[in-house]
Amino acid sequence: MHIDLVPVWTLILAVGVFMYVLLDGFDLGVGILFPLARDDASRTLMMNSVAPIWDGNETWLILGGTALMAAFPLAFAIIIPALYFPILLMLLGLIFRGVAFEFRLKAHSGRRWWDRSFFTGSLVATFFQGVILGDYVQGFAVSGRHFAGGSFDWVKPFPLATGVGLLFGYGLLGATWLVMKTEGDLQARSRTQAKVCLLGVLAFIAMVSVWTPFLQPKITARWFTWPNMAYLAPVPIVTAAIAITLWRSLARGGEFIPFLASMGLFAMCYLGLGISVFPYVVPWTITLWDAASSPGSQAFLLVGTLVILPIVFMYTGWSYYVFRGKVRAELGYH
Amino acid sequence: MELDPVLLSRLQFAFVIAFHILLPAFTVGLASYIVVLEGLYFWRGDSTYLRLSLFWTKMFAVSFGMGVVSGIVMPFQLGTNWSGLSDTAGNVLAPLLTYEGLIAFFLEAGFLGILLFGRKLVPQWVHLFAAVMVGSGTLFSSFWILSANSWMHTPAGYEIIDGRFFAKDWVDVIFNPSFPYRIAHTVTGFYITTAFVVVAVSAWHLRVGQHVAESRRAMSMGLGLLVLLVPLQIALGDAHGLNTLEHQPVKVAAMEGLWETQARAPAVLFAIPDSAGETNRFEVAIPGLASVYLTHDVNGVVKGLKAFPPGDRPPVGIVFWAFRVMVGVGVLMLTVVAWGAWLRIRGRMFESRAYLAVCNFMAPAGFVAVIAGWTVTEVGRQPWVVYGLLRTRDAISPSITGLDVLLSLLMYMAVYAVIFSAGVYYLFRIARAGPPTEVEAHDAKLSERPARPLSAADV
Repeated sequence: MHIDLVPVWTLILAVGVFMYVLLDGFDLGVGILFPLARDDASRTLMMNSVAPIWDGNETWLILGGTALMAAFPLAFAIIIPALYFPILLMLLGLIFRGVAFEFRLKAHSGRRWWDRSFFTGSLVATFFQGVILGDYVQGFAVSGRHFAGGSFDWVKPFPLATGVGLLFGYGLLGATWLVMKTEGDLQARSRTQAKVCLLGVLAFIAMVSVWTPFLQPKITARWFTWPNMAYLAPVPIVTAAIAITLWRSLARGGEFIPFLASMGLFAMCYLGLGISVFPYVVPWTITLWDAASSPGSQAFLLVGTLVILPIVFMYTGWSYYVFRGKVRAELGYH
Repeated sequence: MELDPVLLSRLQFAFVIAFHILLPAFTVGLASYIVVLEGLYFWRGDSTYLRLSLFWTKMFAVSFGMGVVSGIVMPFQLGTNWSGLSDTAGNVLAPLLTYEGLIAFFLEAGFLGILLFGRKLVPQWVHLFAAVMVGSGTLFSSFWILSANSWMHTPAGYEIIDGRFFAKDWVDVIFNPSFPYRIAHTVTGFYITTAFVVVAVSAWHLRVGQHVAESRRAMSMGLGLLVLLVPLQIALGDAHGLNTLEHQPVKVAAMEGLWETQARAPAVLFAIPDSAGETNRFEVAIPGLASVYLTHDVNGVVKGLKAFPPGDRPPVGIVFWAFRVMVGVGVLMLTVVAWGAWLRIRGRMFESRAYLAVCNFMAPAGFVAVIAGWTVTEVGRQPWVVYGLLRTRDAISPSITGLDVLLSLLMYMAVYAVIFSAGVYYLFRIARAGPPTEVEAHDAKLSERPARPLSAADV
């Protein structure tokens, strides 16, 4: 008997990467909005709203990286070297913003420096995650089992555009998170920022939807042939409905709905991406099944994953529960 | 000049892992120490333990943050620079690394927020539980990472199909022959590193004459642990060395600086190994001693470097000297610990200013030994990445150029220079300030138990 575990691992990896995008997305977004804060007290609040959870969030990135290597090693061996510099710069950005959480609390005169490092690190990490996304959709040059392109292949209009697009996306997640977690003036400003970011995101969704079919005929075939068009019609319709809900909730003073709707918007875009590239894991040459590790490796890791992942979800939820409610200035550690 | 991507990638890996390992070397032990402090405070209610825990938790927070961010870099190195290894050995290695991410890192990162920020938000026993989870998370991390690392040294439980590795028996893969020795030696080394930092910081406060009660308590705890662990570590190191002799004799030959295969092999105390001439210059040696400690028989035969083709030998000088640094620091540690025990028996440990000063300067000792030991084992396994099966030069990503790697290495160096100097600076400042006063700790304690469990966040 032989069970095909590739669909299971595809799902786990997809969920893991999506968890990363959502969770680190909002705390990177808080970093991107950091310089727009009015004063030092607001910045402290913003930082405190994510301080207890950011490193748990970034753990999903490690999981995404190692699970890709474990379940689809060939994809890891082709994609990661192809993204040599975007990954390097993303990591260096994450380093700068990550240490800022601790160093800012310790610094006296250097605090402004770490504020800047938190912002710049978040900005750079987000931009290059967007570049990675764009380059991924555009596809990689492959020969045999290797990446056959150059280390600067990502310097092209589409990846650079998705880099900018993701700044608005994470900005939206960060702003709606702050709407949920803060009060008063900071909340009001975050509400305005969320609206600006939402307009930016919608503009990019429209642009990408028009652009990608020109990039890759396989995407056109997937979305714009009959009967796929009918089956896939709910995707843009639901996306539009979520966007409208988000805008109206922001206008009416909603506190929780905007964050939820922003996550919904990300989920729809992510689903759209999945529909576009499936069944490729290295667009547009290597499928999930070509890249899969041996059934033995996939099964060995699956046993533990199915036990551990639910526990991880449980205590991630618990951590958020403990730190629920509006964030206050005195929540530092003692 | 031609830039070699393999050499530069090796330098880059050595650079990022050397800086990363400094942090687990400190935080693995510190997490356990915090568990002990929190546990003692929970059961005995002595607020000295609380003040010590508050203090060392601050040190932990800064080091752990640096450990997380420098750790994220590590798995991506295997893809960006060593995709040949990922493709060839991913089936075996990646599940181990993923288990590390799953079990350990989540345990640490998930409960770390509660440990650092949650003292006011959760009941005391939950806070203690979070400390235990963070502590065990760091140990599970070490377990999986060292298992993967050990497999590359002593591969077992695998088969090779079409030039790629596949696991046949996961128990054999995980518990490969060098793993028990490596994890025992490494984790003990981490505990010793932390204990020396605790002792050094406490000794400094005692010299200055501040935080006397807390510092005496911490110094006693630290030295008490070291009296057990330093001799144990020397025994574990010997066992690990014998295991290496069995599986990687050429590494041991490089560590010993032995070129000729011989009975009554000498213990070389000092030499400048000359790889081109296949000999040692300025050698000072004790005849027969290496045979005694390597084979436990004065007439035992020890293989020399010349028994292996030059293409299969590691860079001898680096391995030879790194080994001497590690052993030298070990001997120094043993001396300091023995001196401390003697003073303690005579009841003069806290009064001897000379001893406090020496303890003070022992702060970096563990870090030096860890880096030196790591260098011995990792440089000593060259030119192989999977020992005897996959050469390092065949593990490289084929698409990257020397210039790519030079650029990335320079960027890592620039960023780490800033981050690590700032981190060390802040750690020094926290260490100097020392544990909180009775009043500050009292504030933390008063607000520690909310009226209802988990309710404080809503207040």
